[in-house]
Amino acid sequence: MTTFEAILLTIVTASTPFLIAALGELVAERSGVLNLGLEGMMAMGAACSFAAAVTFDSSLIGAGAGALAGALMAALFALVVLGFAANQVGSGLALTILGLGLSGLIGAPFVGAKRDPIGHITIPGLSELPVVGRLFFAQDLFVYGSLVLTLAVAFFLHRTRAGLMLRSIGENHTSAHALGLPVLRVRLLAVLFGGACAGLAGAYLSLVYTRFWSPGMIAGRGWIALALVVFAAWRPGWALVGAYIFGAASVLQLHAQAAQFGLPSQVLSAVPYAATILVLLLLSLRHGRAIGAPGSLGSPFVPER
Amino acid sequence: MNIRVTLGALAGAAALALSAGGASAQEKLKIGFIYVGPVGDHGWSYQHDVGRKAIEKAFGDKVETTYVESVPEADSERAIEQLARTGHKLVFTTSFGFMEPTLKVAKKYPNVKFEHATGFKRAPNVSTYAAKFHEGRYIIGQIAGKMSKTGTIGYVGAFPIPEVVAGINSYFLGAQSVNPNIKIKVVWANSWYDPAKEADAGKALLDQGVDIIAQHTDSPAPLQAAEARGKFGFGQASDMERFAPKAQLTAIIDNWADYYVARTKAVLDGTWKSEDTWGGLNAHMVVMAPYKNMPDDVKKMAEETETAIKSGKLNPFKCPIVKQDGSTVECKGGAALSDEQILGMNFYVKGIDDKLPQ
Repeated sequence: MTTFEAILLTIVTASTPFLIAALGELVAERSGVLNLGLEGMMAMGAACSFAAAVTFDSSLIGAGAGALAGALMAALFALVVLGFAANQVGSGLALTILGLGLSGLIGAPFVGAKRDPIGHITIPGLSELPVVGRLFFAQDLFVYGSLVLTLAVAFFLHRTRAGLMLRSIGENHTSAHALGLPVLRVRLLAVLFGGACAGLAGAYLSLVYTRFWSPGMIAGRGWIALALVVFAAWRPGWALVGAYIFGAASVLQLHAQAAQFGLPSQVLSAVPYAATILVLLLLSLRHGRAIGAPGSLGSPFVPER
Repeated sequence: MNIRVTLGALAGAAALALSAGGASAQEKLKIGFIYVGPVGDHGWSYQHDVGRKAIEKAFGDKVETTYVESVPEADSERAIEQLARTGHKLVFTTSFGFMEPTLKVAKKYPNVKFEHATGFKRAPNVSTYAAKFHEGRYIIGQIAGKMSKTGTIGYVGAFPIPEVVAGINSYFLGAQSVNPNIKIKVVWANSWYDPAKEADAGKALLDQGVDIIAQHTDSPAPLQAAEARGKFGFGQASDMERFAPKAQLTAIIDNWADYYVARTKAVLDGTWKSEDTWGGLNAHMVVMAPYKNMPDDVKKMAEETETAIKSGKLNPFKCPIVKQDGSTVECKGGAALSDEQILGMNFYVKGIDDKLPQ
């Protein structure tokens, strides 16, 4: 395996959690709900998936538990912001803090436990191809899943009736309600989906990426995934591009350091963030001011009786 | 931020808030700890918590300990003051970045005694303490120099501060002492604790031809990356063998327990005074985990070096020390660099090709 291939492989692993979390948040935001609790839901996903995987000695059960934990956190959030029409920004921040604390409590007995890496799915023949073989045809299930998920979300949002309904609710919930669309029910499902994705992204970190649980291991990745949704202008395809640009930049800066390029490491560490801002800027210049933010994003909906 | 109170005998019974204790608390010595990371980090903060538990074990119900974990350095003053205000008479602040906040709070509470780890500023009620980790790093450097097949060893650093730089130099000097042609690659994570990023840093080093990784960040992730590739590494702060049974050659363990027990005893006896403690292998503040996964001759060499450092026969920074630019460092400590020179180290030694970020 050449260095080039090795770098590409690391980039795929680094980008996958961003992509999964961003896709979930994207769907929630498209329905008009801003959930700033991504970091907390990811932490819960990481803790619960690891705990379940160790207890039942199964990574699959672990991944399921991670998604479930994320969805349960999202359900709590939905109860507050949809049920009681509370402020979404405040509730989301509270969800992050709750998730970080609760995950520490749940994960505490599993600190220091260790799991074997999950298997990679190798497609015979194709995985032997030079360069692209290992990259595209010998990845773990999460990587394939994240790519399928991107396509599925894009198809759902732009090619199905239900997707159209979800988008119209996000654009203008009052009109959607007047048309008889079930605003709160759709939003609940979208938020739950977002939570499940965040939980899966967290599970990827603790089951595949580092293979141990420790409090604080999400280390701000939830916030980056949130930024990626804006970066992607709420489009799944762009979320994929953004996640991989960010993943690539964060891996390449480490390689640049090891290769002794002579640039200060502090500057290199800032590259992923600077790159994100730059692309964001270019996008908004090209598309004008409003770059696809759902019209009702972040505003609570109280149906008239 | 989690705030927990554990009562000496009832360790583990966690209460949620720091309460200004009742009558019974008057008799007990209340001791507070501020940790920069979570106690579950398997590394830096975890080892300080091992020290805290040692206090509880040694003094039983004569003491009551409290810890506040994951305290951001920028926000630490509030947490430190909270402990001082709630009747804690001895407070350990266990990260370099807590230095100024500790001094500030200490000024306001002259009756509270403070112990600040890895700092260099003291006050009548503020002591400082640190461990000579670079002694351990010299040993792992020698092991790395002997074990490396590619001739290039790697280092994952957190931030380019003197403590980390001295560690890199000591590691490299150790490696150079057994292999004059050894090369080193350094990657800065710019974070003390981000397991995924630390893992990526380890992978980047391995991808670029490094076959032995040392780290000065707090998680076992770089070591785990080495294990996954069939390469070798070292544990940092605590014994990380369970994460990488095939890859861990040894670990540099921070052992604060003896010091914490001694300082608590000093407060109970009324003999506490402000001082600076900097102990190494000899003082048991730095302990090496068992040497494993290496040939017998390398193990023997490591053990001999450990003995030599303990007895004072060997000093990793014995003069002359030559900087990258070829100039020789003035020798202020007699036969070796002085403590101040090591604590303020801001240069790479000759042989390291990389540029030190300033």
